[in-house]
Amino acid sequence: MKKLLFVPLGLFLLLAIAIAVVLIRGRDPHEIPSPLINKAAPAFQLPQLHEPRKTLSAQDMRGKVWLLNFWGTWCIACREEHPLLLDYAKENALPIVGVDYKYSSDNSDERAAAVQLLAQLGNPYSLTVYDDNGRVSIDYGVYGAPESFLIDKQGVIRFKQIGPITEEVWRKSIVPLARQLNNE
Amino acid sequence: MSKRSVLAVLAALWFAAAIGAQVAQPIEDPAIEARMKNLTKQLRCLVCQNETLADSQAQLAEDLRREIREQIKAGKSDQEILAYATQRYGDFILYNPPVKATTYLLWFGPFLLLVIGTILLFRFLKQRRTMIEAKPLTAEEHRRAEKLLREM
Repeated sequence: MKKLLFVPLGLFLLLAIAIAVVLIRGRDPHEIPSPLINKAAPAFQLPQLHEPRKTLSAQDMRGKVWLLNFWGTWCIACREEHPLLLDYAKENALPIVGVDYKYSSDNSDERAAAVQLLAQLGNPYSLTVYDDNGRVSIDYGVYGAPESFLIDKQGVIRFKQIGPITEEVWRKSIVPLARQLNNE
Repeated sequence: MSKRSVLAVLAALWFAAAIGAQVAQPIEDPAIEARMKNLTKQLRCLVCQNETLADSQAQLAEDLRREIREQIKAGKSDQEILAYATQRYGDFILYNPPVKATTYLLWFGPFLLLVIGTILLFRFLKQRRTMIEAKPLTAEEHRRAEKLLREM
């Protein structure tokens, strides 16, 4: 009977340890694992931000290891990520293609705002395309910009980052993986 | 006009604008809207994760509703549309997750806990019964008890 007395305490400690492990080491519950990892990147053909008459398609990037970054001028976390992207772009590790996502319910001139923002704060993108109604962004399962996809030479998504690409993610995940994929 | 009546007029205008904004929603085929509503009730809004896609005011939710509406118009079945959503956002977008290897624990875990709990309860009760020792009263104790009862 005396032994049973410690069972609740033991259970409590187990629970506390489990919660602590998840809190410290687990992933953010807001980050949803993408079903697109190791699948072909959804095809798209979008007008360029700066030159609307020109387009860029996923197909155009075949044979390159590249980063596709979804953002918008309405997105606060993207503003946080922007100076980091400028630094990363200087390293020339891989081309970064931006997708400017405009919500269809957004009546502002997102294109003009995006052009202005890039002119003012610097442009980390090799090229930016304009997703006027979010269709391509939805195809990529974007729900919390910024989101970035590392795509290999065959057009397969190999890595996804939800939220700003932190220094750690860039150094420890994206750059080594890009190097490895470039050598494949 | 006094300050108060100006405020009243402003408030009235504001209400009128608010009601106007509600009425000004695009008028869609009610059958399509009903199907869209039924589908989006089963889907989670990923921006505010405890809300359905049907209820969410997030701009992404609006774009997804538009996308679903267009697919209904294009003659897609409900199943095809739900598949469209899970291909992009994973099973997490479904409020009613499918039964498969990764969700067995989710679906059957509670029943497992119930079974384990019941077994433990019965064992505990059985143990208790054996722990209580029957201790018959001695002749002396009997006499004292009877005496006490008589005095009451």
